[in-house]
Amino acid sequence: MYEFVAFYIFAIATTILFLITVMSKNVLYSMTSLAAGMVLISGLFFLLGADFLGVVQLIVYVGAVMALYAFAMMFFDATKDVKEKQQNPQLVFLLGGLMALVFVIMFSAPVIGDNIQALYPVVDGVGNAQAVGMVLFTKYLVPFEVAAVMLLVAMIAGIILAGKKMDYSLTKCEAIDEEMSVELEKGEE
Amino acid sequence: MENLVYIALFAPFVGSLFAGLFFARSPKTHLVGFVNSTLIAVAFIAAVTLALHVAEHGAVHVTMMTWISIGDLNIPFGFLVDEVSVTMMLVVTLVSTIVHIYSTGYMNHDKSYNRFFAYLSAFVFSMMILVMSDNFAGLFIGWEGVGVCSWLLIGFWYHKEDKTFEENPSISPSWAANEAFIMNRVADLGMLVGIFLIYWNVGSLQYDVVFNALPHLADGLLVSIAIALFIGAMGKSAQFPLHTWLTDAMEGPTPVSALIHAATMVTAGVFLVIRANPLFGLEAVHGVSMFIASLGAFVAFYAASMALSARDIKRIVALSTLSQLGYMFAAAGLGAYWIALFHLAAHAFFKALLFLGAGNVMHAMDDELDIFKMGGMKKVMMGSYVYMGIASFALAGLPIMAGFYSKDAIIESAFNDGSFIIWAILVITAGMTAFYSFRQVFFTFHGEERYKALGFHPHDMYKYVLVAMAPLAILAISFGWFMNNFHEFITKNLPDYEMSEHTEHLAPFLGTLVIILALTGIFIAWKKYAGKGANAWKRDEKFEQSFIYQLVTNQYYIPKFYDEFIVQPYTIASKKFWEIDKAVVDGFVDFIGKGAYKTGDVSRRMQNGNLSSYLNWMGVGALILVLIAVISSVIG
Amino acid sequence: MIGVNHYLVLSGLLFSIGFIGVLRRKNLLMLFFATEVMLNAVNIAFAAIGSYYGDLSGQMFAFFIIAVAASEVAVGLGLLILLYKKYGSLDLDVISSMKG
Repeated sequence: MYEFVAFYIFAIATTILFLITVMSKNVLYSMTSLAAGMVLISGLFFLLGADFLGVVQLIVYVGAVMALYAFAMMFFDATKDVKEKQQNPQLVFLLGGLMALVFVIMFSAPVIGDNIQALYPVVDGVGNAQAVGMVLFTKYLVPFEVAAVMLLVAMIAGIILAGKKMDYSLTKCEAIDEEMSVELEKGEE
Repeated sequence: MENLVYIALFAPFVGSLFAGLFFARSPKTHLVGFVNSTLIAVAFIAAVTLALHVAEHGAVHVTMMTWISIGDLNIPFGFLVDEVSVTMMLVVTLVSTIVHIYSTGYMNHDKSYNRFFAYLSAFVFSMMILVMSDNFAGLFIGWEGVGVCSWLLIGFWYHKEDKTFEENPSISPSWAANEAFIMNRVADLGMLVGIFLIYWNVGSLQYDVVFNALPHLADGLLVSIAIALFIGAMGKSAQFPLHTWLTDAMEGPTPVSALIHAATMVTAGVFLVIRANPLFGLEAVHGVSMFIASLGAFVAFYAASMALSARDIKRIVALSTLSQLGYMFAAAGLGAYWIALFHLAAHAFFKALLFLGAGNVMHAMDDELDIFKMGGMKKVMMGSYVYMGIASFALAGLPIMAGFYSKDAIIESAFNDGSFIIWAILVITAGMTAFYSFRQVFFTFHGEERYKALGFHPHDMYKYVLVAMAPLAILAISFGWFMNNFHEFITKNLPDYEMSEHTEHLAPFLGTLVIILALTGIFIAWKKYAGKGANAWKRDEKFEQSFIYQLVTNQYYIPKFYDEFIVQPYTIASKKFWEIDKAVVDGFVDFIGKGAYKTGDVSRRMQNGNLSSYLNWMGVGALILVLIAVISSVIG
Repeated sequence: MIGVNHYLVLSGLLFSIGFIGVLRRKNLLMLFFATEVMLNAVNIAFAAIGSYYGDLSGQMFAFFIIAVAASEVAVGLGLLILLYKKYGSLDLDVISSMKG
């Protein structure tokens, strides 16, 4: 019963929050609602018994990614509303609605995959974090290492891309603006 | 001897190349006329030498090279000079030589002088291939070659405008050329079928092999081959119902009419029948031969009847050619092959002479063809008058002339065969022939000088041209005297045709009958057309309106019939098919092209450089993929 | 009882919301948000199916997706900063430089 209530609270809340994310004109509102939605999704993970995944969701998404967005936003002017020219909003909602309809029809159908054998079954009497660790460091070791290298590469890339000429304020110093534009033109040539 | 064969064959070809390659673009060059005439004369001399050789030592057979050799099919470029082909070679080269010399005078003022000689020599070359080939394939090549040259030469004045004539279905030289060419294609299909039948059943196209194999073939097959080959001959020799092209072919220059459409090319059909005499002489194909003879007699009469009322000087001669071809076919159909060949040669001489004379008259009258506008021209054109007179005497078959011997022999053989209907038609036609040929002569050279009122100033042809025509005149008179020599020479190769005792007995009487009829015809013509002053000829309007006159003048409405029931429906059908082609075939091709173009044009708008719209398109694509996934999972 | 279908339908709906976001957003930062929404939706589906079958593979995939998302954000934000330095805007209509 409590699972039922929790699911619906989480489901409705995430849907509303994500709708705000997608529809809001203000970057700050969007980001905040996104962060909140992600917290609630971690709640769904807990409901599903994926405790470790829920924790990771909280740490990585809410902790790291959203912090990254928050820092990045400092470079942009977040107080202004974003002006977006909409060419044909009806079409967008039509496509999105159609997509949603298709998914609802598809997923509300009864699942008929009875003969599917679990490849890495949940071990009884072991905590979720332990079970995940056992699978991750045995069967998924190589992808795990690759993911680690990818994260390293992404980190270096992020530093280099964002860190270039970090000491200049691009919006205030016109001299550097011109210098940049000259360089860019050269690059373009 | 082999070299002589090649000289006779290739001298005209060299002439054609000489004129065609080096002088095609240059203005009139006398050198071309001189060189080409000389080369044809060389070919003639070679032919004479060959004839003497053949008479003494028999046929010469040379194989120049392999032409087609695929699997079982083996066709060499082989040439056979035997009694039949050497006769044809002599006739062709002699007439060609004279016509070439004549043309140097006749075409003197034409700006396409060089082109004319290139075509004319090419024609002689093709004709030589036709008569000399030792197989049916070579014969067919020559056959088509003369067809092409005929087309080129009839349409020689292709730039002449289309215009309609009162009684003349031909509207322009190019029209006439196309008509001749297309009609010949129709007939050539028959010929081709015959050749294929021979190849399939005999496995070879060499004359000797084929003729040796003939007795082993089934009767029905022999009849089919004979019919198919004769259809080819009908086209080339303008037999009914494929005859209309010949009179329209008179649109070409007169030397061409003389050489191609009187003396040589049109006799190719007769030559084919004579050449294939082992086939046509078989008992199994007797029906076909009788048909050939009957058709020949019919055409002889039919053409002569049209010539009675024709006004166009060249058309009269052309119709008489048609009529004489009918005589030749009658003889060939009756099995009198050597007589047919003899008449062919005699006819070539006097008809070429007649045509060249007519050409002189035309030339003098500034290309006026209507004999109603001529008359009394013997004063100014004595030479031409004499030549045309001789030729007409020969044509009418009066004694001592060439035509007398040959035509009389044909009429006798019809009597001898017991085909009295054919005989009667041929005798009556002989009288008509005399009438219309002298009608033409009297209209042109006797009577009132009608041309004066119309402002013509006729003058005779160049002297050297008249001199060059002399050999033809001599032969037109004397060729018949050598009938016995010819008989002895030719029957080494062709089957002899002996008259029965009964016919021999009646021969003088039959000959006299023909002569009387001919003289009657001439006399009527004299009475009617040669008078002067009070006796002068006047147009009889009432008679000209009569049904018979109209029927004959309009060529029995055959050209009109062809026009209305073949040409016009075909034109309509062609136009319809053209529209269908445009709508369906073109439409389909255009649809593909336009479809690709339109699709590109529309889908190009997707590439507008805006990332946002690209994202939208990607979204559409993703949606489509999801839909496909759903649908396939439902179906699958 | 909450079945797997509930989670899947929720996942589909959230994905569609993200999809709408991707389609209608012109601001690049907002586009990133929309993609995050889509990624989270997919994660829910993986976790739900994994739990339904008692299999840990679903969670594994979710982990890797989170890793990919994290690196995408790191690189993507760096690029966004560069673009902003160049154009002073993140609007796709403004920064489009390709000629259609």
